[in-house]
Amino acid sequence: MMLLDFEKPIEELNEQLEKARLTHQKGKVDMSDTISQLEKKIESTRKTIYKELTGWQKVQLSRHPDRPYTLDYINGMTKNFVELHGDRNIGDDKAIVGGFAQLDNIPVMILGHQKGRNTKDRQFRNFGMANPEGYRKALRFMKLAEKFNRPIITLIDTPGASPGLEAEERGQGEAIARNLLEMSVLKVPVICIVIGEGASGGALGIGVGDRIAMLEYTWYSVISPESCSSILWRSWDYKEKAAEVLKLTSDDMLNNKLIDRVIKEPLGGAHNDPESMFKTLKTEIKKMIKELKDLSSEELISQRIEKFSEMGVYSEETV
Amino acid sequence: MSWFKRVKEGILTKTQDKKFTPDGLWYQCPECKSPQASKDFVANNWVCMTCDHHERIGSVEYFNLFFDEGKFTELDAHMISADPLEFVDSKPYPARIAEARKKSGLLDAARTAHGKMNGSKIVIACMDFSFVGGSMGTVVGEKIARAIDYGRENKIPVMVITKSGGARMQEAAFSLMQMAKTSAKLALLAQDGIPYISYLTDPTTGGVTASFAMLGDFNIAEPNALIGFAGPRVIRETIGKDLPKGFQRSEFLVEHGFVDFIVHRKEAKDKISNLLSMITDKKTRSKSDESAVTNA
Ligand SMILES: [Zn+2]
Repeated sequence: MMLLDFEKPIEELNEQLEKARLTHQKGKVDMSDTISQLEKKIESTRKTIYKELTGWQKVQLSRHPDRPYTLDYINGMTKNFVELHGDRNIGDDKAIVGGFAQLDNIPVMILGHQKGRNTKDRQFRNFGMANPEGYRKALRFMKLAEKFNRPIITLIDTPGASPGLEAEERGQGEAIARNLLEMSVLKVPVICIVIGEGASGGALGIGVGDRIAMLEYTWYSVISPESCSSILWRSWDYKEKAAEVLKLTSDDMLNNKLIDRVIKEPLGGAHNDPESMFKTLKTEIKKMIKELKDLSSEELISQRIEKFSEMGVYSEETV
Repeated sequence: MSWFKRVKEGILTKTQDKKFTPDGLWYQCPECKSPQASKDFVANNWVCMTCDHHERIGSVEYFNLFFDEGKFTELDAHMISADPLEFVDSKPYPARIAEARKKSGLLDAARTAHGKMNGSKIVIACMDFSFVGGSMGTVVGEKIARAIDYGRENKIPVMVITKSGGARMQEAAFSLMQMAKTSAKLALLAQDGIPYISYLTDPTTGGVTASFAMLGDFNIAEPNALIGFAGPRVIRETIGKDLPKGFQRSEFLVEHGFVDFIVHRKEAKDKISNLLSMITDKKTRSKSDESAVTNA
């Protein structure tokens, strides 16, 4: 397990623990007391570190290389997943995956951005950056769910929509815009979860729904801290500061009424205990489906649009 | 709400003084460098007399161009932005806004109004690039959303004139959600069968392109306008080479199927009116339906 820079104190304790275990295994000295003390200390150190994470530290966690990705969640939470492919127009975008699956006995459409785990895989998935055909693929899947009256779950995890010649030629702007419009009037429940990075239009492109949730250590904003830093301070060195001012954490987003709820992660982050993360998320999704299942299409759509209509703060000056 | 009677000469003089020619007499085209009398250039709708370069103009000029006799009723004229994130970079966001207000004479980066265009009612929202690069924060999103609501309530066509560098960073996720807000309102407008025109001008990029700018029943662009999602600089850095000539320009978008047609600014009003007249007059439609039946 790769530890992040702010987890350094844990790393040292881990090394001590490793040594103690080795000595114990050799059978010469009984180290069981030391081992249990170290284990307790690791737990409490981790608790202390995780109690007060900065915005930037949460961004780091959201990008942790061991963090579960969309397909991990699908495999961990659902059964009978049938993966579907293609936008029926130009191809199959590997940065978006999805299909029908069952959450226990509830059939759903589940889709999301997909990142890669190793160098080759990361390239294959284009680092989770979808092209226009990815957004159109997602829309096709969502329309299928609407046709067959199944709830839609979207898992958001992208550093942004793909910037490039082909993306522009094929209408990246139009593809995202179309999804925003179409998703706002889907006749079935739509539940959107930020499971990692929620960068800008690339994230929102599959992010319009009846319930918007963020896992605890994820971020969602109009721009990444690095890009924000480079625009405002002409350097990437202010990414920590940018992460603070953007108010991009799950708690900030909830406080600003831009999302509906925050879903707790296991101590140390989702990657520290994926199984328990899958279980928690599955429970939460089922809860949300239950909340929405008795609403008519009209109620869903009007409440969904109302929710987004209320986002924002302004004042009306009287002159 | 009040009626603004705009005297054409008054506006033109004011604009050219402020924007193009300190001495008020000559305008030099940044494209072809040809000097021309400011009054001719302004009378030509701020388009170069020599090469047709469309100079960037704002809501004052566009309202004057599209509304009959430059007469309109402004909607939500007093809406101003708040500072929900208490955003501070090199200066606090409220100070940045105050500066922009002073410099541009505007309250934010979009104005909305209703009035008549060639005798037919229309709602127009127009973005102003001179206010923080036409960036979309809550005020821009909310004003456009309400302009669309106005169109729905009164069953009149909506046109948005886009000109924006994208979302406003100082309102972070609030800005982002304006994309969803405006697109959702357009979904309702579409369900009501009311026409929506996106009139794209130079430049239209980022979150504006990825929301209402690309959702027109008709996407109509001025010549040679930069229109795209990712900015050219970002793409250049990503792919590590120069971009092809004409990339992300109006003509490129027509070629790739994202813009219906390009229109010269001086012909825009009549061409859009003509288009709307063919789709909004119900009597005409039923007549043609009848003739279709007869012919069959
Ligand atoms: Zn010229």
